[in-house]
Amino acid sequence: MTDAALTAPKKHAANPRYGSMSRDRTWALRWSYFFLILFAIFFLLPPIYMLITSLKTSAEISAARNPWWVFNPTLENYRELLTSPQYLGYFRNSAIVSVVVVVITMLISVPAAFALSRMKFWGSSTLATGVFLTYLIPETLLFLPLFKMFALFNEWTGIQLINRWWVLLILYPTLTVPFCTWIMIGYFASIPKELDEAALIDGAGWMQTLTKIFIPVALPGLIAATIFAFTVSWAQFLYPLAFTTSTEQLVLPVGIITSLIKGDVFNWGQIMTGALLGAAPPLIIYAFLMDYYISGLTAGATKG
Amino acid sequence: MAEVKLRKIIKRYDEVEAVRGIDLDIADHEFVVLVGPSGCGKSTTLRMIAGLEDISGGEILIGGDVVNDVPPKDRDIAMVFQNYALYPHMTVFQNMSFGLRLKRYPKAEIKKRVDEAARILDIKELLDRKPKALSGGQRQRVAMGRAIVRNPKVFLFDEPLSNLDAKLRVQMRTEIKKVHQQVRTTTVYVTHDQVEAMTLADRVVVMNNGIIEQVGTPQELYHSPKTRFVAGFIGSPAMNFIPCRMEANGDSLSVRLNDGLVFPVPAERVARYRGHTQNGKLLLGLRPEHITEAHAHLAPGEIPFEARLEVTEPMGMETLVYFPLNGTQVCGRVNPNAGARDGAPLRLAADLNNMHLIDEASGRVI
Repeated sequence: MTDAALTAPKKHAANPRYGSMSRDRTWALRWSYFFLILFAIFFLLPPIYMLITSLKTSAEISAARNPWWVFNPTLENYRELLTSPQYLGYFRNSAIVSVVVVVITMLISVPAAFALSRMKFWGSSTLATGVFLTYLIPETLLFLPLFKMFALFNEWTGIQLINRWWVLLILYPTLTVPFCTWIMIGYFASIPKELDEAALIDGAGWMQTLTKIFIPVALPGLIAATIFAFTVSWAQFLYPLAFTTSTEQLVLPVGIITSLIKGDVFNWGQIMTGALLGAAPPLIIYAFLMDYYISGLTAGATKG
Repeated sequence: MAEVKLRKIIKRYDEVEAVRGIDLDIADHEFVVLVGPSGCGKSTTLRMIAGLEDISGGEILIGGDVVNDVPPKDRDIAMVFQNYALYPHMTVFQNMSFGLRLKRYPKAEIKKRVDEAARILDIKELLDRKPKALSGGQRQRVAMGRAIVRNPKVFLFDEPLSNLDAKLRVQMRTEIKKVHQQVRTTTVYVTHDQVEAMTLADRVVVMNNGIIEQVGTPQELYHSPKTRFVAGFIGSPAMNFIPCRMEANGDSLSVRLNDGLVFPVPAERVARYRGHTQNGKLLLGLRPEHITEAHAHLAPGEIPFEARLEVTEPMGMETLVYFPLNGTQVCGRVNPNAGARDGAPLRLAADLNNMHLIDEASGRVI
């Protein structure tokens, strides 16, 4: 009896009813790894498939052999695209449009965010919400009225806006400015108000406070907004498809589809190569600025 | 450098009046501390002087000029914030010289001023560091340095020591006093800490509920408070307020606390209190240091009484004793060797030479 009473607690201690913190953590980690690997496979398979296909000849692609293996690797697709003036033209159009859109977006959204978050004026908070609401309207709803507006503009002024690559410089900011402004409002809001008050007392005007204090301090947020604007501009498909038609006016995403799909003939090797090369610039930018991007997004998300 | 004058200053936030028409004259070179509990309007007043808050009514004059509509940068003031507000992407040198660079001072002049301020504050070796590499105390010094280099008319401090630990706060308090002795710039300093106010100020402004309760030197406020609020706010532990009645016995007066405890009022105070024998709402105000252990030989005005101590707090150089009296808890300060023990009786003496009599209805000290 006495022995049993003495040994019982020991047994309990050896096999605790509830899991310890480290056991819980181990299982949480296992599940995390399981799902992370699952998602990584799911999301990496398409680009890997694109890479494999881009290294194949058309004959090998159409042959019913293992699609996940390259039997006769070739860089022919790359050589053809990179020497094609048409493809390089799309690339150039995309690059110009994206860079200029980023510049326009930053020039509008940074001062707008600063004004909305710091220069308290009548209706500023309503305006801030309004800016974000415009982002919630899908582009699929917008492109028809925009098309109509451009037609009217043409009627009134005689200036043709349809089928001009530079019209995308007006269209893309309708997508990028609201979101970038929202990110920057969140980021600027996380900067203590004493900082701009100190700058005001030190003798800075609003513009100097923005350029000398806010922009350097909010650099991670600024980079996050820049990456977002660039990615949206680079990958935008619907607007260029609707508003540009001539080959020399096309940007990369639409150019690949329209020039490499002829009727019902899909030039898969070159489509995959073109898409892969097209994905490279955002990928390179992400790789270099990933840390800034993450800190920028989280700051905006938690403190906005 | 300049004097600062507030004329009937009002600040309204929608329906709420945060500052309710205050008047204050701050002399050139003076160190004035605005002190009061949270929400009393002291920081709002400072921010109105700085130009960071609009003024709803009244006038603010700096150096004789009305500055109501003058932006902060043109008021020639410098401000030190509670959270330092250092520019995180700039070095200490750049932080301190920011204002001068904006005003396009010559580089040599900027360097001279920053070096001089760094010497005064003993931060010369920190000039190339960024704020994140500094401790709290060092950051506060840099914030002060940023104010000093500007050589402004007025320094404004908004609770600058609140973010520091207790030890550093005491050290920085001395530093601020030393800096003021050297630069002699007119200073307005806001704090909720009455010890900070008492130790730093030439004059203390006690604020409550958007109005000024009393303005005076630390000694004046401590020894001659005009209201119950000031009497209770200044001094730590706070003054005891014991309900009492004033009784006339021929030419003399006595304070009756309860049936068994009657203290004769010192003769020099009789005239002042004589008109209040009919007032049933009186409070006897006695600071803890005026309730001590009863010595064998009591001075005139020191009245002995017995108390059963509830709690004792040994502080080293003194012991704080707490006991109930007339429905309130009263605090006294006794010698550590007086034999004060929790739950034990002790013979104490109240020094009525330092008593205050307060009209409970108006809150005024009689």
